[in-house]
Amino acid sequence: MIEAVKEKTALNNEALRAEFSILSRKVNGQPLVYLDNAASSQKPDAVIEAIDRYYHNEHSNVHRGVHFLSQLATEKFEAARETMRAFVNAAETREVIFTKGTTDGINLVANCMARSVLRPGDEILISEMEHHSNIVPWQMAAEQSGAILVVVDTDASGQLVMEDFYAKLNKRTKMVSVVHISNSLGTVNPVKEIAKAAHKFGAKVLVDGAQGAPHGHIDVRDIDCDFYTLSAHKMYGPTGMGILYGKAAELEALPPYQGGGEMIKDVTFEKTTYNELPFKFEAGTPNIAGAIGMAAAADWMAGVGHDKIRTIEKNLLEYATEQLSEVEGIRFFGTAEEKTSVISFLVDGTHPYDMGAIIDKMGVAVRTGHHCTQPLMAKYGIPGTVRASFAVYNTYEDIDTLTAAVKRAAKMLK
Amino acid sequence: MAEKIADIEAEIESEFEMLGEWMDKYEHLIDLGKSLPLIDEAHKVDENLIKGCQSRVWLHADANNSTVKYTADSDAVITKGIIALMIRVLNNQPAEEIVKADLGFIDRIGLREHLSPTRSNGLVSMIKQMKYYALALQAKHS
Ligand SMILES: Cc1ncc(COP(=O)(O)O)c(C=O)c1O
Repeated sequence: MIEAVKEKTALNNEALRAEFSILSRKVNGQPLVYLDNAASSQKPDAVIEAIDRYYHNEHSNVHRGVHFLSQLATEKFEAARETMRAFVNAAETREVIFTKGTTDGINLVANCMARSVLRPGDEILISEMEHHSNIVPWQMAAEQSGAILVVVDTDASGQLVMEDFYAKLNKRTKMVSVVHISNSLGTVNPVKEIAKAAHKFGAKVLVDGAQGAPHGHIDVRDIDCDFYTLSAHKMYGPTGMGILYGKAAELEALPPYQGGGEMIKDVTFEKTTYNELPFKFEAGTPNIAGAIGMAAAADWMAGVGHDKIRTIEKNLLEYATEQLSEVEGIRFFGTAEEKTSVISFLVDGTHPYDMGAIIDKMGVAVRTGHHCTQPLMAKYGIPGTVRASFAVYNTYEDIDTLTAAVKRAAKMLK
Repeated sequence: MAEKIADIEAEIESEFEMLGEWMDKYEHLIDLGKSLPLIDEAHKVDENLIKGCQSRVWLHADANNSTVKYTADSDAVITKGIIALMIRVLNNQPAEEIVKADLGFIDRIGLREHLSPTRSNGLVSMIKQMKYYALALQAKHS
């Protein structure tokens, strides 16, 4: 039975796996089995080399110099923006703002909305399965503006309760901010439906795409969201880098975020006029190497093929679900019909911390704890989960090692 | 009079040395965690809770003249096993010795990673709290 599954769906990812040097290292004397991809994925040589090449050969500040290197760096930097435009299928390159990542992007929108459109009594709609970075910025915006935070329920399988969403959506709703794919549960949310409904009430829509981006095929125009945020480090790119996509009209309507160089047109002590998009939101010297590395990651994913990425992940998820189901007393969290390659679980009678600590000794890297979704864990009444998340370079053998390690740890702990 | 802190640490070290492989060490730790009735349920209240983001620890201290008696618990058994070791070393010791203790044995028996703040299991805060109690008692007596 097990063999049949493996045979039916050969992953054919040996060659691309070899592009990730880190995967051949050992931890605690054991070969590394890296299953913490939802926290951050590893980087292929192509990304590391692009960053290396930039610093060795192409570096200077951008948008300021007439000299050769400054022009070269600026061209590369702006080409990276175009690559990311294509990655999310935005209409225009100026709709792509470079950020430090998802957290930074959400803070930008929340902060700028608090200082402009949000009024006392307005409502901001989020969901129970949000990452802290899509909760706290809105709490801050609510505090600053007098708006109210309203939370949509999730059900036992880890899906949004859409009736509750429709019930809570009303003409006071100014903002709907939801996660595209849950980092704790893997649930894929119906963001297109959410955007359509929210727009009927004139609300703006932000989609937290931190976990969406790694699986490819992101189409912000199809979703029709007003804002979409992502982090490069979860999609095979560098840390501290990401984009905020915003519809041009929505970005134009917001006040600037931070002040400084790059974001201005003219400065006098009496009055400053701001630069146009996207520079209005990019104060200071940007993370040029980060942008180039992120674009290299997007190119790398395109080279592999988004369909292939999804197929591999789907096969890994199915196999892992089947294998882990055989562990006695295992309970899965997040069993939505549409989910990505994330498996959150607990084994009866064991604490996730203990499980994580023991399987780490066997070389298996998983995440344990609340995954920055404390309200969601509180809802389930659990201290946290053990989360294994798979990327395109993982193998069936990785899953066999995980399953064996979980069984062994459970035996030790019970 | 309790044995000296350094002597108990040395005892634990040789116990763990005999265990060899990490698996055996962890099994021993789990046994320690499971077997010890660490804290009175009445003391397992929020005021005594040390929040780590992964596992939680409850700590209670009683002063007995110039020595301190600790009881503690955790929801994670490995954390609890390490707590059992800490308590074995520090219980009924004079407050001034507790304040000075460096507890290096945890490192020497190969469990250092559990004391890393990034593990977020409440142990680091627990040790700090144990020392606060001792320090407060020492201040009272001096
Ligand atoms: C769903 C979700 N949102 C937001 C974030 C925050 O991303 P970053 O830390 O890259 O800003 C994460 C990453 O942990 C996430 O999984």
